[in-house]
Amino acid sequence: MVKLIARVIVTPKPVVNDPQGNTVKAGLHRLGFAEVADVRIGKYIELQLEADDEVGARRRVAEMCQKLLANHVIEDVRFLLDEAETKVTSG
Amino acid sequence: MKFGVVVFPGTYSDRDCGWVVTEVLGAELEYLWHKDRDLKGCDCVILPGGFSYGDHLRCGAIARFSPVVESIVNFAAHGGLVWGICNGFQVLCETGLLPGALLRNDVCEFRCQWTDLVVERDDTLFTSGLERRDVLRIPISHGEGNYFADPATLSRLEQANQVVFRYCAPDGHVVPAANPNGSIHNIAGIVNREGNVLGMMPHPERCAEPELGGTDGLRLFKSVVQSFAGVAG
Repeated sequence: MVKLIARVIVTPKPVVNDPQGNTVKAGLHRLGFAEVADVRIGKYIELQLEADDEVGARRRVAEMCQKLLANHVIEDVRFLLDEAETKVTSG
Repeated sequence: MKFGVVVFPGTYSDRDCGWVVTEVLGAELEYLWHKDRDLKGCDCVILPGGFSYGDHLRCGAIARFSPVVESIVNFAAHGGLVWGICNGFQVLCETGLLPGALLRNDVCEFRCQWTDLVVERDDTLFTSGLERRDVLRIPISHGEGNYFADPATLSRLEQANQVVFRYCAPDGHVVPAANPNGSIHNIAGIVNREGNVLGMMPHPERCAEPELGGTDGLRLFKSVVQSFAGVAG
C-alpha cells in the first residue's frame, strides 16, 4: 500500500460566467497588475488516501470527481497525485 | 391528499411549507427526515428551502445522496409529484431530475426581495389553477439562484416548453432589469419533460396568506390539490 495525496482542483467551465473571478481581475488591474488576462475562482480539495498503486488511485479519484467533487454541468475538474508528504519535526 | 416536506440538517423553510399545508390548505402533512427511506404514502413531496448539509461542497451536492432523496428519485420516476423550492430546486438539479444547475447570483450577493413571475405553463399539475401570462408576485431569498444550462440543454428545454416561470416586470414583460440573479432566459422555474417534477427558486410558501403581504403562492398549492383531486377522482 502507498499513502497518497490527491490535490483536486475544481474550476467553473469556460462557458460559465464567473463574477467572482471578474471582480478579482478588476481588483488586480486597479492595483496595477495589468498583465492579468483572466481570473477563474474555483475550489481546491485535498484528499489523503491509501491505494495499492498509483494507477488504481488515479482511477478511484477520477470516479470521486465524477460522482461528487464536481458538478459537470458547470465545473471542470482535474487532479494531481503526490506521495504523502513527510513532515519533518525538529529535535 | 397528503404532502411530504423533507427536512435535511440545515433546511429552514420546512415549517413554513408545513404551515401552509396544514393551516392554510387543511391538507395532510408528513415531515420526511433525511434518513427516512419511506415516503409514508405522500402524494406530493416538497423539497423546501434552506441550506441542506450547510451547502457544503455545492448547494444540494450532499443532499443528493441522502436516503430520502434516493427514494424521491424513484418516486419521481414512477410519476410521483416532486416540488423543489429554492434549495430544493438546487437538489433536484444535482440529482439530474431537472437539467442545468444554479450558480452564484451574478450580482455576487444574497438577494431577498419580491419578484414578479410570468406564468409560461398553465397545463402542469402545479399550475393548473393559473392562466398562461398571469403575473405572480412571489419572493426570492437566495445567494445561488442563477439558473444555468449549456446552449444545447437550454434549447431542448425551451423547445419542450419546460420553462414554467420567468422573472418579469410587473406588466409581465420579460426584461433584463427584472432578472434578480442573472438566470439565463430569466428562468425562475422549470419542470421535467413528464411534468411531475417542478423546481423553482421563488418561495410560494412565504406568500400564502394576506398577513405575509400576498397570496399568490397559495395559488400554486391550491393547483396541486386540485390537480391531484382530478387525477385521483
